[in-house]
Amino acid sequence: MDLGPHAGFIITAYLMAIAVVGLLIAWVVCDYVAQKRALADLDRRGITRRSAEPRPSGVKEPA
Amino acid sequence: MALIDLANPTRFLALVERVLPWLIAATVLAFAIGLRGAYLAPDDYQQGATVKIMYIHVPNAWLCTFVWGVMSLAALGTLVWRHPLADVAAKCAAPLGAAFTFLALVTGSLWGRPMWGTYWVWDARLTSVLVLFLMYLGLIALWRTIDDPARAGRAAAILTLVGAVNLPVIKFSVDWWNTLHQPASVFRMDGPTIDPSLLVPLFVMAVAFTLLFVTLHLAAMRNEILRRRVRTLLLTQAERA
Repeated sequence: MDLGPHAGFIITAYLMAIAVVGLLIAWVVCDYVAQKRALADLDRRGITRRSAEPRPSGVKEPA
Repeated sequence: MALIDLANPTRFLALVERVLPWLIAATVLAFAIGLRGAYLAPDDYQQGATVKIMYIHVPNAWLCTFVWGVMSLAALGTLVWRHPLADVAAKCAAPLGAAFTFLALVTGSLWGRPMWGTYWVWDARLTSVLVLFLMYLGLIALWRTIDDPARAGRAAAILTLVGAVNLPVIKFSVDWWNTLHQPASVFRMDGPTIDPSLLVPLFVMAVAFTLLFVTLHLAAMRNEILRRRVRTLLLTQAERA
């Protein structure tokens, strides 16, 4: 494909778009991994949400 | 499922887990079709191959105002309806909007140099979009300044609604003032002025970038909910200690 005399501008524009979209995806994925790791770490230390704690014996699960 | 049902973060997280794989697949497919269309589309009779920059510049330019519109709706959700996820939605949209605005400015600049002979002019369209970019950065800074998410959410919602005044200025700047930027050529009362061979790939790329925004926004909202859970657990633990 011949991009003509302004090929540099076209290629730079697409590379910029790839870089920015790549950074956004990396930010979202890394943040997800970090939050999951933080929650798992708290869980290991016995710090859990009340709704996640095991129910006392004799109390039935809600339907 | 009603909007109020999603006020429960656990239910919202379950929904995100279900729809995210489908959204990722749809985004990849839309980009594959859109980029193929952009590659095969003919050159413009005046601009030559530089018209290919349009397929990334225009969708990002649309998205930069669309995302602020989404944040404005979320701001109303925070201030009027007090929906628990409204400020989560607003906070997570801001970095995405800033990135799309940055791309619109940079690709526009790269398109402007060969077509206008300059990377930048202080005309109404370019300046109002630059102001929008600075407002996105201001909002992100505001979120980081205030520690309590609820207080930060209310302050950011007010700033977002004030900033929404800029949206019609951006849209109509090319009609109200003499600008180097061309007037609207797609959303016009008398129909688009672009040939279908260029318009169809442009439309597909716009859909692809919009799907990308929805996918990343939902994923970022999931992360923010998890972050708030971590924060609450740490605060509760500190109070018990």
